Amino acid sequence: MEVNSKNIKLWSTLGPRASLGLGILDLAKYQKDLIVVTCDVSTSAGLDRFRKSLPNQYIDLGIAEQNMIGVATGLANEKFKVITTTFAPFQTMRCCEQIKVNLGYMQEKITMIGLASGLVLGNLGFTHCCIEDLGVLRSIPNLCIISPADSLETLKAIESSIHNKNSCYIRVTGGTNNPIIYKEDYKFEIGKAIRLKEGNDITIFGSGAVLNDCMIVSEHLKSKKISAGVINVHTIKPIDKEIIVDASEKSKLIVTVEEHNKIGGLGSSVSEVISSIKNAPRQLTLGINDSYTKSGSYKFLKNYYRLVSEKILEDILKMLNE
Amino acid sequence: MVVCNMSDENIINKIKKFSLNVKKNILNMAYEAGSSSSHFGGALSITDIISILFAYKMNLKKNNKDFELRDRFILSKGHACLAYYAALHEIGYIKKDELKTFEKDNSSLAGHPVKNDELGIDFSNGSLGMGLSIGIGLAISSKLKSIPFNVNVIVGDGECNEGSIWEAAMAAPKFKLDNLHVIIDKNNFQQTGSNDEIMNVGNLKEKWKSFNWEVEEIDGHNIINLKKYFDSLKNNQKPKVLIANTIKGKGFSFSENNNEWHHSVMTKNIYEKALKELENGS
Repeated sequence: MEVNSKNIKLWSTLGPRASLGLGILDLAKYQKDLIVVTCDVSTSAGLDRFRKSLPNQYIDLGIAEQNMIGVATGLANEKFKVITTTFAPFQTMRCCEQIKVNLGYMQEKITMIGLASGLVLGNLGFTHCCIEDLGVLRSIPNLCIISPADSLETLKAIESSIHNKNSCYIRVTGGTNNPIIYKEDYKFEIGKAIRLKEGNDITIFGSGAVLNDCMIVSEHLKSKKISAGVINVHTIKPIDKEIIVDASEKSKLIVTVEEHNKIGGLGSSVSEVISSIKNAPRQLTLGINDSYTKSGSYKFLKNYYRLVSEKILEDILKMLNE
Repeated sequence: MVVCNMSDENIINKIKKFSLNVKKNILNMAYEAGSSSSHFGGALSITDIISILFAYKMNLKKNNKDFELRDRFILSKGHACLAYYAALHEIGYIKKDELKTFEKDNSSLAGHPVKNDELGIDFSNGSLGMGLSIGIGLAISSKLKSIPFNVNVIVGDGECNEGSIWEAAMAAPKFKLDNLHVIIDKNNFQQTGSNDEIMNVGNLKEKWKSFNWEVEEIDGHNIINLKKYFDSLKNNQKPKVLIANTIKGKGFSFSENNNEWHHSVMTKNIYEKALKELENGS
């Protein structure tokens, strides 16, 4: 699909889920060896059109995620390019051991898309929110983990993952009308984080839809004469060590922001790099404080967990003033 | 009474010889493993089944492990790998010296199969309940690509405790996978006791039938009947499951139906006794 400002706006309006449905349909039209395997989620994944127009490339296994990874593995072994998708908790944790054995240990290659990860399904409760997927999957060798910033990056991540050597998990966050981080086409490369804003007093590492809040925070800090760089860590694994080392050498504070438990995700990944650097700066890890709470809207939960720009700003200023 | 013509008789004898050799190598590997012990009983219950698959049923080539039309094999009950390694040795994929490395440091022959293209091990297994789903993916691939091959999956009766087996059982008929041939090794035991004591899944035949599989139940050690069964399989759009009634530890007086041999150490004394039993039996 053509990347232009009209499409970027369309994908933002639709949100990453409907957009990825369009994107996969477009890819599959030209790649007849591309198979989509799902668990009764064609509507939620924006795949209804795909299901109707390319039935031979669409396999629905019903509500059975362990079987989904197994069947995808068999297809991958026979050289099909396979995309699996369902809601993030079911795509990762329900079938975690199949992911470990088939994709990690055996190194069969598929692309997994975890829908509506993070807090966006807050009204449905924490069975459907997903604040654990990065931590769970990061400990499995031979997996690549991507957390795209917006709809366009989701599409780019899918296309890159199909051609990646290792299996990839794409963690989709944000809802419809999700903020646009990339207003025009750009180069996306798995494992290479992207600097969105210059600034060296502090560096904010973010991933997923929450990057928009990070950008707003950076602007607020600028008005307070604090230059805050923002880096999009779209690939959580393998983590881009180079950019973290570089930022930690220049900044007096490193901040990580993620719509995930503070344990096991982006913050942990960054601190694993920083901890080996001599005279490294302090790190402020912002995310979900290892707890579940009552259900509520995306906005309510982001606010509750202090993952909105004004609260991120407060936390950063507090740390700077300590 | 079963009447065989000559060629049938030759085939049966070939399979029986294959099975005897597999048994010998299971015994040797179990002994080589020493104190690390091995899953002896569950390997012996599938020995006749795996022998007929590798000696007769499957389309395989000695010098080519990766041709498109080859039949696929998955040992979903991966702990029975002694029988698998021995069968791969019989068809020339694993060398004699390699067999001796079973469960040794840095070996390719672990206590559960590890995918290895050079040795012809197609999949890593060991965590129960995963192999059948992979088999479905392979069988669908064959249909999608119009490359006709069969997919053979050996599953344990204890393994049928796993919910994922039933996810797969539910799914295969939807895709009309008559090229998917599952054999359930029904030896009536699992790790720490009989199925009755631990978890009996009940009437396997009726359960698989109700999911719309073509089901047959026969003696898993009767080569003649196994051959007749495999010869009779038809392309009728239904996946097949054979419930093979077997004896855990089959072939040795000390291990038959003795669940202590689920995973046990082969001492020198027992090894020598077993060798004698093989000599007398053959």
